[in-house]
Amino acid sequence: MTQLLDDKNIHLANFTLFARHATPTLSWVEKLRRSAIARFDLVGFPDAKDEEWRFTNTAPIAQTPFVLAEHDDPAAAASLAADFTFANQAAAEIVFVNGRFSQQLSRVSPLPAGITVTSLATALQNTPALLEQHLARYARIETDPFVALNTGFIRDGAFVHLARNAVVRHPIHLLFLSIPSAEPAIAHPRVLVVAEDNSQATIVESYAGKKGAGPFSNTVFNNAVTEIVAADNVHLDHCKLEQESPDAFHIAHMHVTLGRDCSFVSHAASIGGKLVRNDLVVVLNGQHTDATVNGLVVLRDSQHVANHTILRHEKPHCSSHELYKHVLDNRSTCVFKGKIFVQKDAQKTDSKQTTKSLLLSDEATMNAMPALEIYADDVKCTHGSTTGPVDEDMIFYLRSRGVPREAARHLLTYAFAADITRRIKVEPVRRRLEDFMAAQHGLPQDLRITDLGSHDQAAL
Amino acid sequence: MPTQTSQIEELANREYQWGWVTDIAADSAPPGLNEEIIRFISAKKNEPDWLLQWRLKAYRHWLTMEEPHHWAHIHYPPINYQDIIYYSAPKARNGPKSLDEVDPELLRTYEKLGVPLHEREILAGVAVDAVFDSVSVATTFREKLAQLGIIFCSFSDAVQKHPDLVRKYLGSVVPYSDNYYATLNSAVFTDGSFAYIPPGVRCPMELSTYFRINAKSTGQFERTLIVADKGAFVSYLEGCTAPKRDENQLHAAVVELIALDDATVKYSTVQNWYPGDKEGKGGIYNFVTKRGACRGANSKITWTQVETGSSITWKYPSCILQGDNSVGEFYSVALTNNRQQADTGTKMIHIGRNTRSTIVSKGISAGRGQNSYRGLVKILKGAANSRNYTQCDSLLLGDQCGAHTFPYIEVRNTTSRAEHEASTSKIGEDQLFYCKSRGINLEDSVNMIVNGFCKEVFRELPMEFAVEAQKLLGVSLEGSVG
Repeated sequence: MTQLLDDKNIHLANFTLFARHATPTLSWVEKLRRSAIARFDLVGFPDAKDEEWRFTNTAPIAQTPFVLAEHDDPAAAASLAADFTFANQAAAEIVFVNGRFSQQLSRVSPLPAGITVTSLATALQNTPALLEQHLARYARIETDPFVALNTGFIRDGAFVHLARNAVVRHPIHLLFLSIPSAEPAIAHPRVLVVAEDNSQATIVESYAGKKGAGPFSNTVFNNAVTEIVAADNVHLDHCKLEQESPDAFHIAHMHVTLGRDCSFVSHAASIGGKLVRNDLVVVLNGQHTDATVNGLVVLRDSQHVANHTILRHEKPHCSSHELYKHVLDNRSTCVFKGKIFVQKDAQKTDSKQTTKSLLLSDEATMNAMPALEIYADDVKCTHGSTTGPVDEDMIFYLRSRGVPREAARHLLTYAFAADITRRIKVEPVRRRLEDFMAAQHGLPQDLRITDLGSHDQAAL
Repeated sequence: MPTQTSQIEELANREYQWGWVTDIAADSAPPGLNEEIIRFISAKKNEPDWLLQWRLKAYRHWLTMEEPHHWAHIHYPPINYQDIIYYSAPKARNGPKSLDEVDPELLRTYEKLGVPLHEREILAGVAVDAVFDSVSVATTFREKLAQLGIIFCSFSDAVQKHPDLVRKYLGSVVPYSDNYYATLNSAVFTDGSFAYIPPGVRCPMELSTYFRINAKSTGQFERTLIVADKGAFVSYLEGCTAPKRDENQLHAAVVELIALDDATVKYSTVQNWYPGDKEGKGGIYNFVTKRGACRGANSKITWTQVETGSSITWKYPSCILQGDNSVGEFYSVALTNNRQQADTGTKMIHIGRNTRSTIVSKGISAGRGQNSYRGLVKILKGAANSRNYTQCDSLLLGDQCGAHTFPYIEVRNTTSRAEHEASTSKIGEDQLFYCKSRGINLEDSVNMIVNGFCKEVFRELPMEFAVEAQKLLGVSLEGSVG
């Protein structure tokens, strides 16, 4: 217990330091930070007894003496940014280095009328009333200790505002780069997206790092919180690409609130990091709204990724579709906990959740918990979960056509993941994932899903 | 369809039919739980010292445990464990020698329940070890079974006559420290059933125990232990009912099954404890630990349950598949009406190679019932080529109820497969319309559709139970369809 107390104190001490040095700010932000850190002080880090954290051991995070990340290596940042930029494929690209906004790496114009992409710090100065109305109103500090911790350190991050009827065709790229410091460093990136009626946009969140970026090799920890709030008839396509360095920690909480007649599509891919946890809550809070939530996890070595999703159907006549696929190799462990929640009055809900996992190694462990919690009777809710190896029959089929066993396995694994990647509409994201899969399986880089035809029914 | 809803609701509101109280002078211990009570129970039952020590060990462990409240999807006011009478036995007349000596009042009770305890049971081919409150009243067919070497008796008799077997297997599947209620049971259990099937013997009839909670404010803590030795086969039936009372009664039983090489144990339950009234007043808290160990190669354990009673059901009949090629099966129908809550499911732990498990769970929620399936499928690294298939379907009747599914699936090797499927729906209006157009009234239609929904499970039940289960379902559902 004393040990745990010490772990907590690292962050409480950081907060004291942070509060002393942070530039004077709005009183409501100050209040928010203080209540959040008090909440964190109260609950501390979750342990394995906490059902929500049963399969994700937070001890490595709790026991690392993190300091707040600073950014003082422009050269390393520029070279890392060059690796992950979408360049002119993005309508706007806003870059953060260790959680702090980088003016020279970002490009936020020209944007169509009504679209604002800016750093949270700037937005707090320019439109404080709008932020006060939304910031930290959805991802509540009570939900999770890490959300509380992030909220305590709210300072910088991305703010995207889509005015009424605003439409942007190309993706808005929010790129969070991590560069190791002289000490293990923690960043608390924060994203707020406010979409007014009839707006339409594609938003990509990338969290990236690389071994050997900068002179140090200490652990970095991104503790991110994203809030997306959409009014009525909003069309949002969201991608999250987590490609942190192999020894990084990444904990992210994303909360999406959707109004009436919205269409929300989310693709989350986790291919990097040592210990990763993504919480995704989508609240369908208006009638006739549709949410599609897909995910891809590709792991090797001793990586751990946990995806926890909750789809909350609060209103009638909504539909949701969820498909999560996991590829596990070596000693990696993966957790999927997905819940479809249907509120009492949310009649005519149509919800489908599927999770499929491919185990490539006997040392790997998959934990799947697909849950349904339903309080309305006139609904159609299903979930399905499968876990298993590459299908021997499919391997046999390919071998009978002269494809060697190993190549067949690689091809089928690629196709298994392609079931997700081919659904991603954002070209640079899809390309990056396809190239990653191809490289992992020794397949030609220019292999495209179209080449595979309908073989992507791979395995299980 | 508002008219149909009201009709259906009328149907669902049938009263609990088994809610009478048998007036028999009971030999009870004062309420409360302490080491004295445990010593009292143990002394009453003339138990050997090792068993008393085991009880005390469990009790001392229980004192250190915390009552689980947070994880199951159930809600209830705290239980005062000091208010419960831990021992209640019908006054003995030095042990009845035959059925004639059994208190006629008691026999009438069973008659009302439809337990075939007389001649009828010979025709039915059922050997009944009836547990009335805490003490086994009459055991029939024991002799016939004894000829085959089968031991089927009350737990207390087994402790007296077969202490070595009891000592060898008691707590070997559900250890005394397992969970809060199992530990409580280990400390204060009063009676139950014991069956041992010797190697190579196929038990010629279905063994059956009828449990009944009678005396007021008694908890029933029975303990069942069934051992199927190599190559043996046994099918065991368990049925439960309880009289109507305003306060809640606690039922914390433990069932342990052991199947050695090539043995098969089939355990079927029809649970119809008093569910409480429409407002959720009274009813049984059914907090039960049931677990079977497939110890030997090619062994098989099948759990089949129909849960229509109890105000709260909290049970997870599980299989530990240790032996290579062993098989675990779980078939369940759980129905919650009015304010009943059920949090039930199974655990399948695959340890041996080529082990297989099948889970079919059907949940039906009506009224304000909350029905949860909670299950764990764990395939360990050594369990090569293992296979699991899980199917959980929920049927919602009415817009006030809830149906939930919380499966946990853990796979640790590449040669095994786990599949899970679940769906939630209501009775289709087109289905009802179809039946209606063929002249079938609403109640019959709903019954038919619900029975069809449960068919996969009923098929697994022994004949007598399948009939009873279908009737029970019809009764429990009356007036609840919309």
